[in-house]
Amino acid sequence: MREEKGGVLYDPYETEQQEWKKQQVKDGAKQLLTIISPIIILLLWEIFSRTGILDIRFFPPPSAIVSTFFDLAGSGQLWTHISVSLYRIAAGFLLGVIPGVTIGLLMGLYAPIRHFISPIVMAFMPIPTLALLPIIIILFGIGDFSKVVTIAGSVFFPVVINTVAGVLNIEKVYLDVAKNYGTSPKDFFFKIAFPGALPVMLEGIQMGQAIALLTIVAAEMMGATSGIGYLIWTSYKAFMLKEMFVGLVLISFFGFLFSLFLRGLQKKIVPWR
Amino acid sequence: MNNTVKISIDNLTKIFYKKNNSVTAFQNVSLQIEEGEFVCLVGPSGCGKTTLLRILAGLELPSSGTFTIDSDSNDRPLQSMVFQEKGVIPWLTVEENVAFGLKMRHLPKEFVRKQTDYYLEKVGLKKFSKLYPKELSGGMKQRISIARAFANDPEILLMDEPFAALDEQNKFILQDELLSIWSETKKTVFFITHSIDEALLLSDRIVLMSAHPGEIIKEIKVPIPRPRTMEQVRANAEMAEQFITIWNHLQQEVQRSRR
Repeated sequence: MREEKGGVLYDPYETEQQEWKKQQVKDGAKQLLTIISPIIILLLWEIFSRTGILDIRFFPPPSAIVSTFFDLAGSGQLWTHISVSLYRIAAGFLLGVIPGVTIGLLMGLYAPIRHFISPIVMAFMPIPTLALLPIIIILFGIGDFSKVVTIAGSVFFPVVINTVAGVLNIEKVYLDVAKNYGTSPKDFFFKIAFPGALPVMLEGIQMGQAIALLTIVAAEMMGATSGIGYLIWTSYKAFMLKEMFVGLVLISFFGFLFSLFLRGLQKKIVPWR
Repeated sequence: MNNTVKISIDNLTKIFYKKNNSVTAFQNVSLQIEEGEFVCLVGPSGCGKTTLLRILAGLELPSSGTFTIDSDSNDRPLQSMVFQEKGVIPWLTVEENVAFGLKMRHLPKEFVRKQTDYYLEKVGLKKFSKLYPKELSGGMKQRISIARAFANDPEILLMDEPFAALDEQNKFILQDELLSIWSETKKTVFFITHSIDEALLLSDRIVLMSAHPGEIIKEIKVPIPRPRTMEQVRANAEMAEQFITIWNHLQQEVQRSRR
């Protein structure tokens, strides 16, 4: 199929192929940009601190941070900090998510429970759990458990609110279908309410995960003797800023890792979306 | 056709009560539908057709009046509904959607599988059985809805404008498929539509409703022999006349409700 226009031959297939190739190049460029941006930041940082534009005492070059990381890792104390923090995050996360999902589902499914609990959730939500840390330490001591409780408290709210929203936002026609086909309360919960609420619920869990990381660092800064937050805080107080940066990078790394993991999980358990 | 009454609606009225502004959806609706009859309810939009159907489906309660659906066995559900659109549950696969009613009744697994397979085959969804609805077109989704209702093997079927959201061609195909499944099972069907063509093609009897408050004002028998095709309906002079009658009636009702 060739068409002549102004003496030039046009092949529609070829035209489309050219377009497709252009699009491929564009897509590739976008991916490249995503990879390049953090590298540029790191490079600039490295150059600026080496040339003295950035004060090396406050902003040690990334290469120095990496070598400090290996020193700390070699001495073994880094692993203690990491494992302690990860344990606290995991325990606190679960202790926030499980009650959050349970109470959220109950509130979503039963209007009286929702109306009864809503004001309590609303009243407590704006209080940063970290502001309650002194009370939490009085109640639970300065051990692991007080950190776990602090994280759980912060994770609970986004999870409970998203779970309620998840249940309430299930399209009404699915509730009609369930009723019309004589669904029992148990089947209704497992076949309609829970799977229907799952996508929005998972968004809440994703938020909870981010909040857990924010909280752990702050919680370990006050009244802790180990953990990544403790590493950041004591390094800062001793003016060992390379060590402090190692701690910050670790938090960033784990945040990224957990996000990837939860996104993967989401794809697995909500394949119908 | 035997003349046992399958659905008996007696003086049904539905009022939506609101402070200062109560709306009568329909009033004094009485209707009898015989066993195996295919009845279409046609009326201008807002005449309470859907509400009437929802009451029969057990999704809403009437304000006054009664209805009965005749049942000769206890293990058969009274009614199953085919919803307008979006009635397919997105987190269940095609197969699970079709099996939904049967599973909710906790019937033996083997029976559920056979029944589901049979109707999946009937509506041509066999090879899509493991997919999620998001991967299917609107017409395919309505096939799931129809298969789910028939697979449940209820006493009567209720259909709420199941083809309204489909394009013209898909509509014709699905109407044809519906007729072919129906002719096998001879279920009693109560079907709501605002399409006169659809009503003439599908039904044994057309019931006309007035604009709100809805009341039944006319019944029309459709004597065309089955199996029918759209061409037959279109070519039939008597049906053309009926079409005009119904058309005029709907026009009048729409005009009247605007005043």
